[in-house]
Parts: sequence; C-alpha cells; structure tokens
Amino acid sequence: MNAYERPLAISVRDLVVGFGTQTVLDHLSLDVYRGEIVGLVGASGGGKSVLLRTIIGLLPRRSGAIGVLGEDVGEDIGHSPADESHAIGRRWGVLFQQGALFSSLTVLQNVQFPMREHLGLSQKLMDEVALAKLEMVGLRNTDAGKFPSELSGGMTKRVALARALSLDPEIVFLDEPTSGLDPIAASEFDTLIKTLQQTLGLTVFMVTHDLDSLHTVCNRVAALAAGRIVAVGPMADILASPHPWVQAYFRGARGVRRAQPQLDRG
Amino acid sequence: MQNPPKLTWTTSGEAARLQATGAWTAVSASSIEVLAERARGDATGHLAIDLDIGGVEELDTYGAWLIERFTRSCRAGGIQAELTNVAERFRGLLETVSHTSAEAAPLGRKPNAFMAFLETIGRTFPRLGSDVTAFAEMLGALTAATIRVLLKPRRFRLTSAVHHLDRVAWQAMPIMLLISFLIGAIIAQQGIFHFRKFGADVYVVDLVGILVLREIGVLLIAIMAAGRSGSSYTAELGSMKMREEIDALRTMGLDPVEVLMVPRVLALVVALPILAFFGSLAALYGGGLIAWLYGGMSPDVYIARLQEAVSITHFKVGIIKAPFMALVIGVVACSEGLRVKGSAESLGLQTTTSVVKAIFLVIVLDGLFAVFFASIGM
Repeated sequence: MNAYERPLAISVRDLVVGFGTQTVLDHLSLDVYRGEIVGLVGASGGGKSVLLRTIIGLLPRRSGAIGVLGEDVGEDIGHSPADESHAIGRRWGVLFQQGALFSSLTVLQNVQFPMREHLGLSQKLMDEVALAKLEMVGLRNTDAGKFPSELSGGMTKRVALARALSLDPEIVFLDEPTSGLDPIAASEFDTLIKTLQQTLGLTVFMVTHDLDSLHTVCNRVAALAAGRIVAVGPMADILASPHPWVQAYFRGARGVRRAQPQLDRG
Repeated sequence: MQNPPKLTWTTSGEAARLQATGAWTAVSASSIEVLAERARGDATGHLAIDLDIGGVEELDTYGAWLIERFTRSCRAGGIQAELTNVAERFRGLLETVSHTSAEAAPLGRKPNAFMAFLETIGRTFPRLGSDVTAFAEMLGALTAATIRVLLKPRRFRLTSAVHHLDRVAWQAMPIMLLISFLIGAIIAQQGIFHFRKFGADVYVVDLVGILVLREIGVLLIAIMAAGRSGSSYTAELGSMKMREEIDALRTMGLDPVEVLMVPRVLALVVALPILAFFGSLAALYGGGLIAWLYGGMSPDVYIARLQEAVSITHFKVGIIKAPFMALVIGVVACSEGLRVKGSAESLGLQTTTSVVKAIFLVIVLDGLFAVFFASIGM
C-alpha cells in the first residue's frame, strides 16, 4: 500500500510560531499519514521541540492551522481543560524528553493515571492492563512498585512510553526517545517502538537526533532548517536532497559512517 | 460510529459458541468486563467453548486483554477455550498480550494496623536521634567551613552573601515591620482594656516595653524568618540536590557547605538582629499609637514612662538571642534541604519539616535563654 494514499493523521499548514521578536517556525507545512513513523530532524535550537509542543497545544501559534486526527487543534488547548481538548488528549500519547513521570506516584500508578482520569475501569482491570503495558515495553512486574527517582534513564523512558500508550492512543509523539541511552538500550528502544507501532497500529511522530533511529525505524524523515521543512520523504530521498543543511547533517562524518552499509546493501 | 460491544451465545448442538461483536476498545472496557464476567459464569459446565471474534470491529490492548483474561480463566476452570475467526490485523496484538503475565509482583505480608502503629512510634525515636545528628553535623560543617573562610578571607563569597542579605533583610523589612507594628498595637490595646479595671492603665507601657524588647519582638521576627527565609533556603537547596547541582559542585572540588550554606546562614545571622531591632521599634511605635488614640495617653507621657520602665538590659536580653535563633533557623533549613530525595513530594515534605522544626527549636531556645538570663540576674 502506498503511504501517500492513507488518511492524514497530522496536518500542519502555514504554521508561524515565535517568541517576542524572534520567529522560530516560519510558514511551516507538514503532513503525517496514519500508520507511519515520521522522524523530525533539525539543528539544536532550530525549533523541533517547538513544532512538537505547538502540535500538541502546549505553545501558542501566531498563524496557521493544525489538524490532528481530523480535528482542528484549538489555540489554547493546553491551557483550558475544555471537553474537546480532553477528547483529543485521549487519542494521543506524549513521551517527554525527560520522561516527565509524576515523581510522587509509583511506576504502576503513573501508567494507570490516564486510565483513572479518563476511563471508569475497575481497579483490577487497571492493574492488569497497566502491568501488561509495562511488560510490553520490557519492564518486569517487580519494577511496578518503584518510584521514578529509583529508575535508570532507560527504564524511565520505558515507563514514560508505557504511560504514553496507556489509553491505546492513535498517535504517539516522542521527543528524543533515545537521547541519553547507550547504543544498546537505544537500539532496543527503537525495536520496541517499531514492534509496538506494528502491533498497535500507531502513528508515531518523533523528534530525534539519533541517526540509527532515523535509518531503522522511520518510514519518512522530515528535515527542519531555518523554520521550514526543507526536505521530507523516505531516508533515501533525504540523503539525495541538495539542501546544504541536510547535506551537512547526513553527509558529515557520523552520517556517512551510518549511511554507508545501507547504501552498499541498496 | 463505533458499535457497542456484545457477547452473545450462539450455541448449536454440542459445541458451545460465543460470538463477540462491536468495538472492543478502552472506551467500553468497563462494560466489556461485565459482559465477560457474566459469560464466564455461564460457561461453567461446558467442556469446550469457541470464542468467535470475527465480528469484532476494533480491538485495542484493553479488548485484547479482556479476551485473553476470559480464555485464561476458562482454561483455569478446565474449559477448553479457543479463539476462532481471528482477523489478521488483530493477530499480532492478541499474540503480544497472550505473552504477558500481567501479574502483580508478590507483595510483602500486610502487617496488622496496631503493629504498624507501634512500628511508626518505634521508628520515631531513632529518627529523632538522626535528626539531632544531622543538626550537629551541619553545625560542625558550617563551623569548619567558616573557619576555613576566616583563615583565607579571599574564599569568602561576598557577592552571594550580599545577595542573600538583600533577600532576607532588606526585602523582608516591610512585612516584618508591619506585623511587629500590629502585634505591638494589639498588646497595647489588650493591656489598656484590662488594666483600666484596676486604674492601672499607665502600666501598659511597662507591659509593651518589656514584652516587646525581651521576648515578643525577637521571637516574632525569628518565627517569620523561619517561615519566609528558612523555607526558601530549604526549597532552593533541595531542588539543587534533586538536579544534582550539589554533586556537580562537589566534583569540581568545591565544598557545597562553603559555597552555598555559609553565605546563606551568615546573611541570616546578620539580618535577624537588624530585623529584630527595627521590628521592636515598630512594635513600640504601634503600642504608643494605640496608647494615644485608644487609651488617651499623650506621646510625651508614653515616652517618659517608657524611659523609666525599660532599661538597656531588656534590650540586650532580646537582641542577644537574635543571632543564635538565626543560626538555628539556617542550620535546620540547610540540613533539611540536603535531605531532599528525588521526588517533588519529598521537596514539599522537607520544606514543611524545616519550617516546623525551626520554629519549634527557636521557641525552645527562647525558653533556655529565659532560664539562663534569670539565673545570671539579667
């Protein structure tokens, strides 16, 4: 099936976001189709996280339209607990860069938190589903009673992923999912995302710097430079892009080393 | 729109068949749970059940788990349960869920409530001991760091100390003055009201003067400093501890006590006598104003009477206590700050503990000073 015939999951049109006199995103447009994994790359401080936070409604925008799952994301969704934002909040999950686990709740309670707030389930069912989710992200049930301060970096990311997936969302937003993980843990996490995406039929939108993630898990990659998307498409297309920043990013020493085996195989 | 989930028996002849239809998703999970439990109850007595899930339109982890739970519970009850008509797109999810155990880790045996209560009391005493040790340790570390700074004055962080002095003295001044003024006024009003019955309203000046200079003035300021500055010290140091900033200082070969705590505690020790002095003035002023407006005592009489009633000793007794109280507040605030663990909850807990403990110790210290001054005849 051609990816481009699928229905849209996220559509961003002419988005302008800025702070004070500075314009971070300048008439940016981007489409993400259902069921694909899109990786967003860009320079540090170039507005990747700003784009992510604007799409999920945490930052205000100056102009432009954002549609997620066919619904228009309102201006101040992050600020007012209106019914509509609640409804959309149940259909996406967000993995923050530092995990953003609630530090006074245990791992199990963290994963159950969205269920407790949105679904009227019995405690037994919540326990079972939360434990199943933790197992799906590769944690043991002995970890369930721990507090976030007792977890390693990799475990924190896994718990945060389990919490993001807690309501079986249609889209998950991942902000640098593999940053701060060692290469083994990072590649395990990539595999995990890929597996979960296939089993649960998720749409994944991830901001990442990890070239391995881009090569192994992403169906398409979008490159953000100077406030716009300068290249978008499968990895091979991106590597062929003539844009100087994209060239510098992927043709730098690290990029070439990573891309080489792939190219040889191709 | 999603169809509601249904679970219907379509038993024909020998084979018991259950047909699942509709959307088996998170939104309807609670009703599915009820359906599944009921079906499980009806299933007893059968030897084998076919669960036909061909009619399921949507399935997520919740639905998949409830199906898995149903089949597991059937098997546990000796009933052969099989899934039929599994759609290809659900196969992966059902497979994944069937591999999870979803069992809670075995919990430790729950102790009975009375024993738990006794245990809490029992544990309080060693904790009390460790509190004393922590206080002594912090006091010792502060003294050692102060001596090091005195030997090498260039290591003293003047900018930091001045910054904290600004925060705990200058910025605190308006509220401290206002509250002291009000307390002085209240004491005077109550004094006049009750002394008037004996025709002794002139003695209200003695009451206000001695009470404010010896006890209330400094105690009030110390309690407010514990609430205002001690709490902010604990919260600052606690969040620095949480973000590993204190560890970072240590790895750079710097002593956190010297860098962070000496300037803070020193600022408090300098600030408290100043605040107590001006606070006492404000309280005496408030008392005088009420004596004039409410008691009809002219300011000249008030001042003359105050000169007779109050000696420099009363003032000394009050102001000597201020730096010691500041030290107690500072030491408690710093040691509680360093006890903060990783969670936001522990930051709040430690801040509360810091304020409560500092106020308690300030009052105890005041009592000890009272005994001491009485025995040396001041």
